[in-house]
Amino acid sequence: MLRFILTRVSLVIPTFIGITLLAFFLIRLVPGDPIETMAGERGIDAARHEQLKKDFGLDKPLIIQYGYYIERVLHGDLGKSIVTRESVLSEFQTLFPATVELAVCAILFALFLGIPAGILAAVRRNSIFDHGVMGISLTGYSMPIFWWGLILILVVSVQLGWTPVSGRIDVLYYIEPVTGFLLIDSFFSEDEGAFMSALGHLILPTIVLGTQPLATIARMTRSAMLEVLGEDYIRTAKAKGLSRFRVIGLHALRNALIPVVTVIGLQVGVLFTGAILTETIFSWPGIGKWLIEAIFRRDYPVLQGGLLLVGVIVMSVNLIVDLTYGLINPRIRHNR
Amino acid sequence: MALLEIENLSVEFPTQGGIMRAVDDVSLKLDVGEVLGVVGESGSGKSVTMLALMGLIPFPGRVKAKKLSFNGRDLLTMSDRERRKLTGKDVAMIFQEPTTSLNPCFTVGFQLTETLRLHEGMDRKAARRRAIELLEQVGIPSAESRLTAYPHQLSGGMNQRVMIAMAIACNPKLLIADEPTTALDVTIQAQILDLLMTLQKERNMALVMITHNMGVVAETAKRVMVMYAGQIMEERSAADLFASPQHPYTAALLAALPERSEGSRLATIPGVVPGLYDRPRGCLFSPRCAYATEHSRNVRPELRPWAGGHVRCHYPLGDPNRNANMNADHPLGTEAAS
Amino acid sequence: MTAETMEAPLVAAPTATPPHPLREFWGYFSANRGAVAGLFVIVGVVLVALLADVLAPHSPYLTDTKIALKPPFWQEGGSITYPLGTDAIGRDILSRLIYGSRLSLLIGVIVISISIVVGTVLGLVAGFARGVTEIFIMRLMDIVLTMPSLLLAIVVVAVLGPGLVNSMLAVALVILPHYVRLARAAVITETSKDYVTAARVSGAGNLRLMFKEVLPNCTAPLIVQASLGISTAILDAAALGFLGLGAQPPSPEWGTMLADAREFVLRAWWVVTFPGLAILITVLAFNLLGDGLRDALDPKLKR
Ligand SMILES: Nc1ncnc2c1ncn2[C@@H]1O[C@H](COP(=O)(O)OP(=O)(O)OP(=O)(O)O)[C@@H](O)[C@H]1O
Ligand SMILES: [Mg+2]
Repeated sequence: MLRFILTRVSLVIPTFIGITLLAFFLIRLVPGDPIETMAGERGIDAARHEQLKKDFGLDKPLIIQYGYYIERVLHGDLGKSIVTRESVLSEFQTLFPATVELAVCAILFALFLGIPAGILAAVRRNSIFDHGVMGISLTGYSMPIFWWGLILILVVSVQLGWTPVSGRIDVLYYIEPVTGFLLIDSFFSEDEGAFMSALGHLILPTIVLGTQPLATIARMTRSAMLEVLGEDYIRTAKAKGLSRFRVIGLHALRNALIPVVTVIGLQVGVLFTGAILTETIFSWPGIGKWLIEAIFRRDYPVLQGGLLLVGVIVMSVNLIVDLTYGLINPRIRHNR
Repeated sequence: MALLEIENLSVEFPTQGGIMRAVDDVSLKLDVGEVLGVVGESGSGKSVTMLALMGLIPFPGRVKAKKLSFNGRDLLTMSDRERRKLTGKDVAMIFQEPTTSLNPCFTVGFQLTETLRLHEGMDRKAARRRAIELLEQVGIPSAESRLTAYPHQLSGGMNQRVMIAMAIACNPKLLIADEPTTALDVTIQAQILDLLMTLQKERNMALVMITHNMGVVAETAKRVMVMYAGQIMEERSAADLFASPQHPYTAALLAALPERSEGSRLATIPGVVPGLYDRPRGCLFSPRCAYATEHSRNVRPELRPWAGGHVRCHYPLGDPNRNANMNADHPLGTEAAS
Repeated sequence: MTAETMEAPLVAAPTATPPHPLREFWGYFSANRGAVAGLFVIVGVVLVALLADVLAPHSPYLTDTKIALKPPFWQEGGSITYPLGTDAIGRDILSRLIYGSRLSLLIGVIVISISIVVGTVLGLVAGFARGVTEIFIMRLMDIVLTMPSLLLAIVVVAVLGPGLVNSMLAVALVILPHYVRLARAAVITETSKDYVTAARVSGAGNLRLMFKEVLPNCTAPLIVQASLGISTAILDAAALGFLGLGAQPPSPEWGTMLADAREFVLRAWWVVTFPGLAILITVLAFNLLGDGLRDALDPKLKR
């Protein structure tokens, strides 16, 4: 098991280096003068230019520059936003909980609907229910979620008036950020209205962001379940006279969940892609919206830092899922 | 009264290319404590027959039978719930591949006690004690420590012992062993067979031993059923069958044994078992039969009482009028009309 | 699974001959109604794209503020001249959708072509060269796979600048790893087979092996992956268009149309609804087709 962990951890090192290289070169590849790009100052005079060049270490060879960059990154210095002049890391830290809150809700939504739907579809293979689930999930999988969000706003918020159109919470409420997760903070604020408002603001974004993972998880659960249901040990379980519920819910599900966990891990990247779009549509103050705005403001240090942080986070979550996979699969847990 | 009675059992699988009949009109009686050997080439429907009896035919297979009764109870009209109380308790089955037949996600102890708790209503402690006892009975050393092992940590032979322990846990009246030794090493094969036979005698269980191996049959069974392409070809006492096979297929199986040495597998008979697309109109064995005639190619023989058992052949080998019949190509008895 | 009593004598199994592989493929494929529907929709979209000049009632670029935000014909105030209504500056939505189908198909096909060609070459090289080259290529693909696809595409666009062509390049890069992996896996399985060894022994070089033996053997999975990839490409390019990083206005690209329409979501539902519906239907059709192809070509699922 220890060897398993060590191999997996060592496998992400090249990926980490790759991500840092990507972030490092990003800012040098953007059209325009890199010094002006980094400093966010335009049309500066030659002396200032030289000064900045020294400050950023741009007079050194690339490899040394990369070394400096890594050193700064490891010290938590990701540069400053050229728009707000704030440290990129601290901006990230304030916005990150909003994205995590949304993403966690979305993945829970996808799991709680997707796994049961996938199991039932597999058990009632070729039934109307199965075809229905598969049809809906393929539609969800094909859904342009930026449009899906707009349609939901149009119908649910505008026509029916059930949910707010955008934001995280009504402007009436001010909640002191403790955890940064508004749902939790407002819950402990003892202001019921604030909590309900936060909850209401979460519903549509959760559905929109959860749609693609839901479709993927339902499809994956179904196919994993179908495969497992054909295995010899399921026949054995039935030959023991176990109830259908026990055969499916225990013997089959336990095995079917192993590949599903991997898929859930892969959803982290998908969730982030979705968060960029969802946050844009719902004006959700998270990382996705931050990065898109950075592009339009040509705030390259933010883009560079965000790219690095998001890359490292996705990579780490993938690693954790990989290790979990080893934990829930006895074949890996005991061998190696 | 017989322990098990099967009459006219058929199992069909609808496939893209048409309906695959895996078991065709099988009838069978088995007494308490009797050992029946079932032999036949791969794909002859041995497993499917027994799975039908267990109620384990996978979707979209269809089971049809005139009668299917066990211990005086009708399995056809019984509710699923009632039937589940029988399977695993009074009728148990062990399979060909011990390693894949155990659930990789659960410990041996869990899988073993599960049966005991379900059918015998034991509590956790009692089930655990009994599980250790069972593992000892099937010859697993340091049984207690094996309870926490996962199937992949044990060898194939050990896993098969666990399967046997699971199957005999509730003292079944009938044990079906579907090629229990095929996947194992030769030395282990003998041990497992010995174990099964010892348990059978101790408990006076009825035992159905499915195998490819005529040697195994000779060692274990009192009665033998030979299957081909889903049909019973011959069914007689082991002694008679080995001494004077009546069906050309049985004869070919026996002849394929080098000096009839025990332990060797079925050697080759030219041709293959008919599949979905080449199922003959007449006798299913006729394309490979040395004695086929126009008549046997066109008219399917019925299973009829013969020489102390049953045979499905127009010209059984022991028939005194055999040559005359073959030469004249007379249609036989009841089938004249068909 | 439940046993039933025998009512009628069982019919004799049919004596048929196994069908020809291509017919068999069509048999499996056409049995999948979703896949056939997907194929029909795709054929329809292709026809619309080809005949856009004939079919479109108006120019997709013609603006006329007098008729801005006209609803579809079945609603009060709508007219059959503008069947699906007009947008904020009076362009006919139907005409824009019809011309937009050209762009979406073009995006799909071009992106996939780039990815397949580059991906297969990289995969073949990785599979044949092994060693450091292989590790380098595959690690690089891992990084591409790790990054959230849209973020990576955005970064590429940030470097190259927004626009239709650059967004296509970005998307092509994002979906590249699938083809690299596929081609490499094909090389590795194929080279372990006897006939390739035989070809090697008889003196065939790597290059000949690649094109004569290995490539034909991975066409089936490539076709499947291509069909699924077109849908991803259309979807991702539309997302970039929606974010303002893809095709630029006044291009009738569906995603770009949605970006323009966003602010009118409260006033004019039709400017938002139809472009998205067009994306959804097209993407769904390619996914249905891809699923159908995979099921029909995958021997594992045949039964
Ligand atoms: N689920 C199924 N779907 C379709 N056909 C099946 C299915 N299960 C079994 N068959 C077919 O039924 C026939 C009989 O299979 P069966 O497993 O009973 O053979 P067998 O005599 O046990 O062979 P073996 O010695 O290889 O175990 C085979 O031709 C097989 O293809
Ligand atoms: Mg079998």
